Amino acid sequence: MDVATFLIQCLNALQYGLLLFLVASGLTLIFGIMGVINLAHGSFYMIGAYMAFALAPIVGATFGGGFFATLLLGLVLAVLLGYLLEWAFFSFLYEREHLQQVLMTYGLILVFEECRSLLLGDTVHGVSPPDMLAGTIALGEMMTYPVYRLFISGVCLLLALGMYLVLSRTRIGMMIRAGSTNREMVQSLGIDIKFLYRIVFAAGVAIAVFAGMIAAPVSSVYPGMGNSVLIICFVVVVIGGIGSVRGALLAALLIGVVDTFGKVLLPQASGVLVYVLMALILLWKPDGLFKAG
Amino acid sequence: MKRSEVLFVVLAFAALALFPLVAEPYGIDRVTKIMVFCIFALSLELLVGSTGLVCFGQAAFLGVGAYAAVLLSPQDGPAALWWLLPVSMLAAAAYALFMGALSLRTRGVYFIMVTLAFSQMAFYVVHDTPLGGGTDGIYLNNKPVLGTLLDLDRPLPMYGFTLACLLIVFVLLALILRSRFGRALAGIRVNEQRMRATGFSTYPYKLAAFVLSGAIAGLAGFLFAVKDGFVNPELMSWHLSGEVLIMIILGGLGHLRGALLGAFVFAMLQEFFKSEAIFGDFAKHWHLGLGASIILSVALLPRGLVDVPHQVVQRLLGWRSNAPGGKGRS
Amino acid sequence: MTSGEVLLRAHGLSRRWGGLLAVDQVSLELQRGSVHAVIGTNGAGKSTLINMLSGELAPTGGRVELLGQDVTSWSQPRRARAGLGRSYQRNTIYPSFTVFENCRLAAQARTPRPWAWWQDARKCPTSMATAQTSVERAGLNDLRELAAGLLSHGQKRQLEIAMCLATEPDVLLLDEPLAGMGAEETERMLTLLAELKASHATLLVEHDMDAVFRIADCITVMVNGSVIASGTPDFVRNSPQVRVAYLGEH
Repeated sequence: MDVATFLIQCLNALQYGLLLFLVASGLTLIFGIMGVINLAHGSFYMIGAYMAFALAPIVGATFGGGFFATLLLGLVLAVLLGYLLEWAFFSFLYEREHLQQVLMTYGLILVFEECRSLLLGDTVHGVSPPDMLAGTIALGEMMTYPVYRLFISGVCLLLALGMYLVLSRTRIGMMIRAGSTNREMVQSLGIDIKFLYRIVFAAGVAIAVFAGMIAAPVSSVYPGMGNSVLIICFVVVVIGGIGSVRGALLAALLIGVVDTFGKVLLPQASGVLVYVLMALILLWKPDGLFKAG
Repeated sequence: MKRSEVLFVVLAFAALALFPLVAEPYGIDRVTKIMVFCIFALSLELLVGSTGLVCFGQAAFLGVGAYAAVLLSPQDGPAALWWLLPVSMLAAAAYALFMGALSLRTRGVYFIMVTLAFSQMAFYVVHDTPLGGGTDGIYLNNKPVLGTLLDLDRPLPMYGFTLACLLIVFVLLALILRSRFGRALAGIRVNEQRMRATGFSTYPYKLAAFVLSGAIAGLAGFLFAVKDGFVNPELMSWHLSGEVLIMIILGGLGHLRGALLGAFVFAMLQEFFKSEAIFGDFAKHWHLGLGASIILSVALLPRGLVDVPHQVVQRLLGWRSNAPGGKGRS
Repeated sequence: MTSGEVLLRAHGLSRRWGGLLAVDQVSLELQRGSVHAVIGTNGAGKSTLINMLSGELAPTGGRVELLGQDVTSWSQPRRARAGLGRSYQRNTIYPSFTVFENCRLAAQARTPRPWAWWQDARKCPTSMATAQTSVERAGLNDLRELAAGLLSHGQKRQLEIAMCLATEPDVLLLDEPLAGMGAEETERMLTLLAELKASHATLLVEHDMDAVFRIADCITVMVNGSVIASGTPDFVRNSPQVRVAYLGEH
């Protein structure tokens, strides 16, 4: 592998890792704050990708808008979906055992998959990136790299930073963190915890949908994409360590590297490599890379 | 077990034993399949219902057992059942040992995630690498034989053999659960902290339960492979792991007969939603009905179907009791 | 069984959490036939101390000796098998099992025999007999077939002690056994503890001062992780440091 290819793969690994980190953050946000394990999180990612595909022509025809308008519309719809879903379904899961949450959200995956199948079919689709991001950028003399992939990496990084700032520096972030450790106390302080949870859940859904939307141009849009990303998110959380954001970032990047280079160097075993990585890390550190700080 | 429970189980096995007398070959084939799932569900009940370890990777053990049966069968002639069966179970048990050793250090949701991930690992090994024959799967050319006694190619002997395996597994688990080992597992499920404070090293118990569960799931996998004569990566799909979890919660956690009931009811639900006679063209979207049923049954019947008679009795007689059964389990 | 024999010894136990020293160089001894109480305000480090003695938490400094052996690196189950019993502040009973089964399962830890898969656990004579003794000793014999979750709070605390006894320990670590008990239940518990005193070495962490001064032979007072006084009840009662720091700053 020459230097140019190596660098390109590194950038690909970074982009994939950051995207994973974003999706995993949405998952752990919901789990960390509300204690709900949501298997359907991957489905939201899939919904995002299919929305990018399905909404683009509609947005183009109605407002004459392009990619970013579609993105915005998708986000709005995602927040609405998340809000409604929390009210109608997830709010009933908070008091239940993990096993019941797992199974109920598993049922939800099936429902989502079939609804998508009914509305949009099962074919694989491609989505083009917006014109302004569609080109390549020259990195040094010998290689070029797709601008859009850099865009993904940048956006994911920004969003992750944004989440961190909101949770640690703002009042609402403080309320959210307080609500996760002591629900009754927060309620007795007059803060509407139901509303808070609904917001957090909608945010988690929006993150996953957004990730799916921006990933669509590079990963294409296909039926099983939600489930694949979900399981890899689990691996991110397991490798990273319980409740550790640092760990999740490092894990996501590690997985990005292993998966990307694995596909190039050992294509036959590429699917297994991520799990081998997980097994090795668990052997070395049974609690994951970092414990919650 | 209470007398009514024993009666239910005896009647169920009697019905299964007599079923071939009245059934058509298609029915025998279907019920054989369901019985294999019963064994699969029983293996998970040991882990989830009795020990409290929610494993989302049970399909891996089924798959390893199935693939072992096919891969270890010689190409030219049938293998001898007496060694192929135990070795297949051993292979599954070995994977369970590996998975358990690395997963049992984690707790709660993380345990669920790790077990799911490890079963995906097995899936990708057979799906991607040449070891497993890829997505096409592998055929079992000759089904194993027990000398000239058993021809598993014919539906009736296969049915009988499967029923015998189911009965043995059920009785074995019933004995184990009332033994010291089984009571220790129950204690770990209810309050692991107290078990440790009392002097039980809980990790070896959990690992042993894991390995035993894996072996039984491996047996189910073996039967699967032998019955169909074919294995493919779908046997290790995490959807299967999810389905078997649903079976045991549908039937009722903490009860061996719940696993049997759940496997049968789940199979019927699938048949129902797949039925073109009822749903016509929409039947190809049967996942929708199944998904909705799963959500409803977990939401409305969290204690499963075995609890239904008790709930009915309670409502009819207007009893109010604070605990599930005043006397408690002894 | 000689009275006065030291069964558990803690030497300079410390526990550090990052920058915080939760327990600082605590030493104490538990002798057979005596009750050693540990008192202190909330956050004084009592829970951390008892967790280090039981084996649930590894100390960052110091040693624990049980029956003359250094058990600092031993896990909790191993120490329990060696004769260290522990009861918890919140109940750790098995609510879905009967009272009797609670004790029987605890007793089973002594003769686990996990390989005997065919034999009914209730046919094990040793665990059945030990369980019966503990149930009677805790005064719960009439309730033995009742689901433990249905007991009153006081009865559950008694069961907690009974389960402790079912493992036939030499040392008892009791974490607030009187927590949440009314006057009558407290009396019953104190009578039980007085009965157990002679044959065990007991560590008692408690907030109920009347009870502590009644039953303890030795009291250690902890504030912010350190021991500020340790001795007979009279000594502690009259100690100026204790008066100021703990018993009330008048």
